[in-house]
Amino acid sequence: MSATVPTAIPAGESPTRRAVRRFLRHRLAVFGLVIVLAFILVAILAPVIAPYDPLQTSWSRIRKPPSWDFWMGTDENGRDVLSRVIWGARASMMAGVVSVTGALLIGVPLGLLAGLAGGWVDAIISRIADAMLSVPFLILAIALAAFLGPALENAMLAIAITASPVFVRLSRGMALDAKATDWIEAARALGNPAWRTAFVHVLPNIIPPLLVQATLAIAEAIIAEAALSFLGLGMQPPNPSWGSMLNSSQRFLTQAPWLSIFPGVTIMIVVLAFNLMGDGLRDALDPRADKS
Amino acid sequence: MGIWLLRRVGQVIPTLLILSILIFGLQQLMPGDPALILAGEERGDPAVLAAIRAELGLDRSIPEQYLRWMGKVLTGDFGFSWRIRVPVSELILTKLPVTFQLASMAFIIAILIGVPLGIVSAVRKDTPADWAANGAALFGISTPNFWLGIMMILLFSVELGWLPPSGYVSPTEDLVQSLATTIMPAFVLGTGVASVLMRHTRAAMLTALSQDYVRTARAKGLRERVVVWKHALRNALIPVVTLGAIEFGRLLAGAVLTEQIFTIPGFGKLIVDAVFNRDYPVVQGVVLATALIFVVLSLIADLLYMAINPRLRQA
Repeated sequence: MSATVPTAIPAGESPTRRAVRRFLRHRLAVFGLVIVLAFILVAILAPVIAPYDPLQTSWSRIRKPPSWDFWMGTDENGRDVLSRVIWGARASMMAGVVSVTGALLIGVPLGLLAGLAGGWVDAIISRIADAMLSVPFLILAIALAAFLGPALENAMLAIAITASPVFVRLSRGMALDAKATDWIEAARALGNPAWRTAFVHVLPNIIPPLLVQATLAIAEAIIAEAALSFLGLGMQPPNPSWGSMLNSSQRFLTQAPWLSIFPGVTIMIVVLAFNLMGDGLRDALDPRADKS
Repeated sequence: MGIWLLRRVGQVIPTLLILSILIFGLQQLMPGDPALILAGEERGDPAVLAAIRAELGLDRSIPEQYLRWMGKVLTGDFGFSWRIRVPVSELILTKLPVTFQLASMAFIIAILIGVPLGIVSAVRKDTPADWAANGAALFGISTPNFWLGIMMILLFSVELGWLPPSGYVSPTEDLVQSLATTIMPAFVLGTGVASVLMRHTRAAMLTALSQDYVRTARAKGLRERVVVWKHALRNALIPVVTLGAIEFGRLLAGAVLTEQIFTIPGFGKLIVDAVFNRDYPVVQGVVLATALIFVVLSLIADLLYMAINPRLRQA
């Protein structure tokens, strides 16, 4: 893997514009983007579009199958499943975006530092990243969340920390590549301080691969949040999240299968959309990427 | 080769050392005093609390605690479960075979699905077969496996009544029952890995098929089947084998949720139960054991890579 260094820019088209054009040509990726935007809107507008109060229980409508009044049916406490799925979008989208942003904020500066400084700084940072990567993602996230205590914020923090070594590795590699180029040499020779070289000259060049990785990481973070909430380590009841809805649905699998079907389908659609977008971005941003 | 192996093992040591510090450090994140949890009913008695702290070494400085813990870990002593007062290492050793069986079955399923699909989609690139295989892989990656598990229980246990929805029977006890209880979880666990293997096999096959030696083989007039199976596939499988060993480690993580759904008493259920019971030494032990397994698997992956790639052997 090497940095996407813009070697020759065709006359009249900026790299950004070319990337946008290439992305838009990718029909499935655009489809993914549309779904992601739709879910972001749903998350923001949840109070407006949810037909019912997601926490409103009712003894008269317990575990009713999907109907005209309740499109996704009602749960074991008589709450409207559709409204809970809509509000659940908030937890999931927030967990995805916040934890990956956190992972970027932790991982990228450390990776740039490791790559540019080299020596023992690099050795320590790289070994810590290696150590964290040697524990499977979900196990490390579960362990962290367990020790931090069950709450959505802690789950997000756990996911952010667990996802950060990937970004350390990626930005370290890119910084090493960039360090070997003439323009970094020039930036240094002009007397730029090291941090300025890192943030003004190296970072913009590594944004495309980071963007691809971040998009795919959001998909993974959404699944991880659902998994942690499913285990009871994320969003706490009665607040709705897709993972915790699946957890409580399991007890009513025979009587009320719709409780299990809808939150799961929703997670799948969102994650699929982020994955489609990520694949499209990869094709669009890396000029040398295999077209297949 | 010997020197290379030594150097490779040497690289692992600092990683494991840092890992041990990180896992030990988890304790410090914990809210509350562990002595209070352990004391239970007697938490009001300062003498009991002091005795527990002394027993656990909690009254010493943190670096001292780490060295004590590390010394024990090196001799295979992972501490004892706070809840059931059983050595953590014993718990891990009794649960690991169950998860190992599950992961092995899942791995076989993943290879049987992923590799052939990857080959077909590479050979038939840009045909409906290729699109279908890619679509299946995308769904495999995007579906949370715990939800897939619930859906399979709904279909095969609740609706059709073909398979038991949960539970576990050891293969030494009753092989048929054992397969019946593990086939669904193994499939659920295997789909994600199958998708990853499919994508990598496809990419590796496409690379191999565009190489000069493949063109030469075709130019010699060899049948397409021979070209694909003998010339391209052999080379394409080299990176896939390496990846396979690492993916096996990931199956252990996937097992956490799968075992939870199907109530299989393995490694994954151990850590989840420990999390709920605030049985922190067990959580630490499981994380450390998983990391060890993962590191060993990466080592095996490298060795396999050396063994099947003759170009690396002289180096």
